[in-house]
Amino acid sequence: MTTADTPNTHDLEKELLGFLEGRTGTAWDADTDLFDAGGLSSLFAMQVVVHLEKTYAIAVRGADLRLDNFRTVRRMAELVDRLRVAAAGGRHG
Amino acid sequence: MTTAPYDDSPPRHALTVLGAGVMGVGITVLALGHGLPVHLVDIDRERLDRAADLIDGELRLAELMGALPAGTALGTLATDTSLKAAAGATAVVEAVTENAAIKAAVLSEVSGLVRPGTVLITNTSSIPVDELAGALERPEELVGTHFMNPPYLIGTAEVVRGARTGDAAMAAVAALLTALRRRAVVVRDAPGFVTSRILHPMINDAARVVEEGTATAEDVDALMQGCLGHPTGPLRTADLIGIDNLVDSLTVLHERTGDDGCRPTELLLRLVREGRLGRKSGRGFYDYT
Repeated sequence: MTTADTPNTHDLEKELLGFLEGRTGTAWDADTDLFDAGGLSSLFAMQVVVHLEKTYAIAVRGADLRLDNFRTVRRMAELVDRLRVAAAGGRHG
Repeated sequence: MTTAPYDDSPPRHALTVLGAGVMGVGITVLALGHGLPVHLVDIDRERLDRAADLIDGELRLAELMGALPAGTALGTLATDTSLKAAAGATAVVEAVTENAAIKAAVLSEVSGLVRPGTVLITNTSSIPVDELAGALERPEELVGTHFMNPPYLIGTAEVVRGARTGDAAMAAVAALLTALRRRAVVVRDAPGFVTSRILHPMINDAARVVEEGTATAEDVDALMQGCLGHPTGPLRTADLIGIDNLVDSLTVLHERTGDDGCRPTELLLRLVREGRLGRKSGRGFYDYT
């Protein structure tokens, strides 16, 4: 658990992109703003939050619970990674 | 929050919401998120229990979307199977099934329980307010407020002044909507008022287009979004409203206007028969499971 989190994050991004493609029928890039005009709905955003919490055993609370953290797959992966470390005991520094 | 050991001053607003369906839940979330205490009433205890879970989830959605005022503590929620809870309310919002007889019966009963002067707000989407006002002990206390789903993400509400609605009720509903940070647009009483009178026949036509095989639901919505600037598309909107509620509302409109465009199309009726009620049942025009 002390190794760099970059490979983790990369795998996470791949998983999240697969999940999104399965749910929306569209392929997305890790940097695309999913909720930009013509994109996904706020109700879908909440489904994504719940999916992340269940899949990665995290709790998104307080200031973390804002759409900016879920706008792109990259940001979602960063958030999941940070909260997973916190959930594992916060020994990251 | 820690200044006094106890606080005897009554809250400025204390809401009773009647009906724990989609709209009752959404209105409760809007109020709790703005710090107002809510007493949510439904005759069905199981539905109340489910509603409590839905409310938690929707409060999170509202927070996710930045739709709640910062630094405001959530209002407290109480649930009840008895209408008697309305006795302590400063305002009552009725959000039971879109059926004139049911709404009139509930409003009549609650009218006998509240303190005189308490505003009664019907969240009907189509039934003329004055038609319901006759059921009240004091018809001047009834006003219509048509919240859209989800109420905490839609900043504007349609307010309907019936022929007998009093100035005090209009002032009370305005104060409540201000506390909820909703913009009110006041219109005259009529079947479907403005939004349902325009939107519901349009959704009915969108369903008819699908029924006739002209296009898929996805393509109807894609065209209405991409060419005409509709935010979600009419059939996604239908799924959000609830197909059963939409059919009830269209029936109300058809009976009262005679407009054949409001007669629910066979496809909508079939979806209801099959239990495909939209988002709330997991499936309607789209699959949400």
